[in-house]
Amino acid sequence: MSTLVIKDLHADVITEEGHKEILKGVNLTVNPGEVHAIMGPNGSGKSTLAYALAGHPKYVITSGSVTLDGVELTGLTVDERARTGLFLAMQYPVEVPGVSVANFLRTAKTALDGQAPKVRTWVKDVERVLAGMDLDKSFAARSVNEGFSGGEKKRHEIAQLELLNPKAAILDETDSGLDIDALKVVAEGVNRYSAQGDRAVMLITHYTRILRYIQPDFVHVFVDGRIVDEGGKELAEKLEVTGYEEYVKAVANA
Amino acid sequence: MPNVVGAIETIESHLHPEPSYDLEKHPMPTGREEIWRFTPVKTFKPLLADGGPAGELDWAGEMPPGVEFKMITTAQARELAVEPPVDRISAIAAQRTRQAAYLHVPAETEISEPIVFIGTGKGGQAAETFVAEFGTHSKATLVLRFEGTAQYACKFDFRIGDGAQINLVYVNDWDDESIHGGQISVEVGRDARVRTVHASMGGRAIRIAERARYKGPGGELEQFGLYFADAGQDVEHRMFVDHNEPNTKSNVDYRGALQGKGAHSVWIGDVLIRKVALGIETYETNKNLVLSEGCQADSVPNLEIETGEILGAGHSSTTGRFDDNQLFYLMSRGITEEEARRLIVHGFFNDIIRRVGVEHIERKLLEQVERELSLVHGTTRTADVA
Repeated sequence: MSTLVIKDLHADVITEEGHKEILKGVNLTVNPGEVHAIMGPNGSGKSTLAYALAGHPKYVITSGSVTLDGVELTGLTVDERARTGLFLAMQYPVEVPGVSVANFLRTAKTALDGQAPKVRTWVKDVERVLAGMDLDKSFAARSVNEGFSGGEKKRHEIAQLELLNPKAAILDETDSGLDIDALKVVAEGVNRYSAQGDRAVMLITHYTRILRYIQPDFVHVFVDGRIVDEGGKELAEKLEVTGYEEYVKAVANA
Repeated sequence: MPNVVGAIETIESHLHPEPSYDLEKHPMPTGREEIWRFTPVKTFKPLLADGGPAGELDWAGEMPPGVEFKMITTAQARELAVEPPVDRISAIAAQRTRQAAYLHVPAETEISEPIVFIGTGKGGQAAETFVAEFGTHSKATLVLRFEGTAQYACKFDFRIGDGAQINLVYVNDWDDESIHGGQISVEVGRDARVRTVHASMGGRAIRIAERARYKGPGGELEQFGLYFADAGQDVEHRMFVDHNEPNTKSNVDYRGALQGKGAHSVWIGDVLIRKVALGIETYETNKNLVLSEGCQADSVPNLEIETGEILGAGHSSTTGRFDDNQLFYLMSRGITEEEARRLIVHGFFNDIIRRVGVEHIERKLLEQVERELSLVHGTTRTADVA
């Protein structure tokens, strides 16, 4: 079972001028097997939510709670959260020069499992998952994210999702910057992952385009650091037509 | 910029003083001089003192067939040298050398096996002069490795013939008490391709002036360096590339990690582009990774351009702690902070080692980095470079 529960989450971004509150009371429960889309305009705090959940040092959770299968995450370090089963597919994956994809994947797998994967099956698993993302075998020898195209970076994130198979996945604008072919490949990877039936998926996106390929069970509208509306897939269709303007105005007038 | 090209050539910079064998031209430094201001002059005192012939290192190694080696007089060595000494340590090295070593790879000879020399210090003072000549269109790799304990001053000159392809590798793997100073001068022949790799790991203090010039157009020089300064260690690489011929190229990339109280590194990256050096390309970069409190990395790139007609000239220098975003990315995959740091340092050095292009040297350097890291992190895990 993989249930991600976010309760009244408040978080600040740490800047040189001091702390600034970005998340202003987020409530969300993602049950096993569910896909939740979080949609909102630029600057609404969607990415902050993703980073705060994963534990990025630039953000500090000031109050509230996040649990994964009942384990409180907010007091844990970044790597402890990951070992609890949380995964963040990043909007801007970071270059790590000189560290090969193969070395990185194996080190991560070893850290998550507490033991090194079996050599024979592991190499095959890596090749299978890379092939599923339309990534050549030689990809494993390249340095992590270095010189990757935008599409390669995102496909590499989803390859990790499939290979590391966490309990809960947060996908932070994985669709942005992808052409339609790459988008389909990425969506298929996410669908394979969520088809396992017991994984929690939080899909953060600015556009409705990806929701044509990944069916969300719930759609949440995120404005000014909190969820302001929610519904089913039809909400995404409505947003496609009306945009976020109405929500932004409502928040501004509140 | 025709006014620059047309200007009378005067090298204003005080960074590269007039080379000379005359000790009086290299007075005892006080530490306030531009070329000495980063150096712990007191530590180098044994290498600055005038005197009779000093000792030598114990040399062992592999001499593949086709390579000529012999001892020559110091007077002969001066005749063959690329240039006279540029600082007092190098002048002392030349003066206190008993007999100079000479290596020759004949023209159009390809030596596939690396020529490896291992010099071991026996504890005392040593001063050596070494000249190597690589003939026209020859191909070879020369590895000089330093071990043991010594107070060692060196004056090395490497002349690379036209069209030759030569790798020069220096590995400073001294024991903790060693002091090593001196000068390595390389002359790059017409259309020659020269790659140097300088790894400084051990020793109490190292200070090397690495100088390069060209003997015709079209030469290409690549210089890679890596160093690891531990507590109380001073590592100084003083690079100077003299673009004195047109259409020449140089690329210098030195990387260092510093760890422990008093760890100190210095990298000087001087490039001079002379008026005649039209159409040249140069880039110099130095990156330092500071792994703990109490370290100091001095990094000074410097470009002097006397002609406007060049293809490209640039430099960069960065010194910093671990990149928070890299740590976050690795840790978000479950990797512990300590393991993430280890990976990043490995990557930092792998990034340069993989460009060396000589497999057995790459392997050796990786082992060396692994050894340094195991000292830092207390792990002896083998590096994975897949």
